[in-house]
Amino acid sequence: MDLLYKIFLDPFLQMGSAPDLLVQTLWEGLVSGVLYALIALGFVLIFKASGVFNFAQGIMVVFAALTLVGLHAMLRHWGVSSGTVAAYLALALTVVVMFGLAIAIERVVLRPLVNQPDIILFMATFGMTYFLIGLGELVFGGEPKVMIADDLHLPRGAIDVKMLGGFVSFQKLDIAAALIASVMVAVLAVFFQKTRIGRALRAVADSHKAALSVGISLEQIWVVVWFAAGIVALVTGIMWGARSDVSFALEIVALKALPVLILGGLTSIPGAIVGGIIIGVGEKLGEFYWGPLIGSGIESWLAYVIALVFLMFRPQGLFGERIIERI
Amino acid sequence: MFYRETGQFKTTYRADQAVFPILQDRLGIAIILALAFAGVPLLASEFAISSFFIPVLVFSLAAIGLNLLTGYTGLLSLGTGAFMGVGAYGCYKLATWFPGVNILILILASGFFSAAVGVVFGLPSLRIKGFYLAVATLAAQFFLSWCFVRIPWLVNYNISGAIEVPTRTLFGIAVTGPNATATTRYLVALSIVVLMTWLASNLVRGRFGRMWMAVRDMDLAAELIGIRLYRTKLLSFAVSSYFCGVAGAMMAFLWFGSSEADTFNINQSFFILFMVIIGGLGSLVGSFFGAIFIWGTPIMLKTVPRLFGLSIHAATVEHLTFMILGALIIFFLIVEPHGLARLWQIGKQKLRVWPFPY
Repeated sequence: MDLLYKIFLDPFLQMGSAPDLLVQTLWEGLVSGVLYALIALGFVLIFKASGVFNFAQGIMVVFAALTLVGLHAMLRHWGVSSGTVAAYLALALTVVVMFGLAIAIERVVLRPLVNQPDIILFMATFGMTYFLIGLGELVFGGEPKVMIADDLHLPRGAIDVKMLGGFVSFQKLDIAAALIASVMVAVLAVFFQKTRIGRALRAVADSHKAALSVGISLEQIWVVVWFAAGIVALVTGIMWGARSDVSFALEIVALKALPVLILGGLTSIPGAIVGGIIIGVGEKLGEFYWGPLIGSGIESWLAYVIALVFLMFRPQGLFGERIIERI
Repeated sequence: MFYRETGQFKTTYRADQAVFPILQDRLGIAIILALAFAGVPLLASEFAISSFFIPVLVFSLAAIGLNLLTGYTGLLSLGTGAFMGVGAYGCYKLATWFPGVNILILILASGFFSAAVGVVFGLPSLRIKGFYLAVATLAAQFFLSWCFVRIPWLVNYNISGAIEVPTRTLFGIAVTGPNATATTRYLVALSIVVLMTWLASNLVRGRFGRMWMAVRDMDLAAELIGIRLYRTKLLSFAVSSYFCGVAGAMMAFLWFGSSEADTFNINQSFFILFMVIIGGLGSLVGSFFGAIFIWGTPIMLKTVPRLFGLSIHAATVEHLTFMILGALIIFFLIVEPHGLARLWQIGKQKLRVWPFPY
């Protein structure tokens, strides 16, 4: 009886008695949800266009952030005196690196593996993960680095808002992250719906063969898509890096994108966003209100269990394409 | 020429359906077993046995377990590490409860714990498929990892929070614990692996294996010919987890001698998945090849530069190892997507027709 009370009543009473804390928790969940959603977005882009379940997306995030920080340090070392100039130069160079990476992946990995079963391509992205970890650490060193948030002029500090009988603190960086994420989703949506390349991307997602037969170049599309995922990875890397630091520990965060992904459905961009927010908010609420009951640290698996429960009812995720089976 | 079944007549169905119907195969397996049981303990150094041969045996068994699930039944799982962990912790608890019982029996029995856990986490597999299922099994991985850290009862409230393997003897010789020599542990591990491989090879050739393969190839069609999907998938989860659990118990008791919760983390699961896919999905011999390749390559990469007298910084070697391993995985997938097992088959076929091209 006591346990039931603690599970079903007490957390809600706590929420009611301290609404400011609830808002704070919700906000934190929302922000981390948006960042999960950004990683998941990279997955969705690639899965839609090439049917590859890209495990390396998480590493691409780290790799992009590492390249940015590393290039910035190199530029400063070579005598670029202004931190800001160096930062934006490094940003531009990182975009070039991500483009090179997209071309390299298409040439070396995807093209020879065309028409192989999904699991083989999935494995190949594992190989890419290992390769990128080694490369990143070899070139820029393995120790954790600080994101160049100041030189990029990312906002700092917090806004304290008085509400509901208490203070709720919003980090400016988090607000910026949420804004940038929304802008990026909007841009991607327009890109997919309105542009020529976007239409070609959707055609490829529907059917490789049909797209080829109307003269769409698969190679070109794949480069575009991997480059887009690379840019998403770069933005995600900057945001995550500014919140903690840049190291391969971010890889674990990237694994969190997987439940987001399946919750939203592997092929749906809005799904990635909604899934991210559900997971982020659910995780923070669970950790804060129910966590103390069964020992802390439940954040590490709660996301997966939430996704699992949703999947029991909708096996294709919330917004995924309906699975139709034929003999 | 060298590998040819000409002239080997079978007079009974029994002989025709043997695991190794061809004389050369029987000779080959006898030589391999003789080398493994006698050659390795006599010739290899203590260090080589404990850092290469025992790990390869443990990983081979885990890879066979995952192969039964992923390669034969077509269910992708990323929870192997956790299922191995359940076996290790189960074995530790059993060894505490029954100090007098033969340790071999305990190791084999600990697999049943992970089989039970595997069935629970396999329950969603009827509705959830493909990559969705893979992520669902991640729930098992992270939840169980959390349990290993948070439930001190599992490690008998040790301060270190790790399994400390007690000394157990077999015929008066220490088999586990700090006093056991690498050679004894190797021989025990080898016996278990040989026994379990024999079991697995008979399973996949029999009715269950055929049911699993039918489900893998098309589960709807399998259901239409009268295979009960749910039972088959759950059975596959159970058997696979049983193998992984035994491998985990071996890992803690016969390899490390003590093991922390972190041993059974997500990277372990990925590692074993590599072995299965590089070795060859749906092939038992491939599981061995995969384990040898994935475990052996980094060791080789570390020792080869030293042989040539190159001195590279240790950290650089580590990074290069990662890069080369990643590149090799991609290379192998491009050259032979069906894994090392297929290369083995091609090699055998070449030997059969040599000196003719076909």
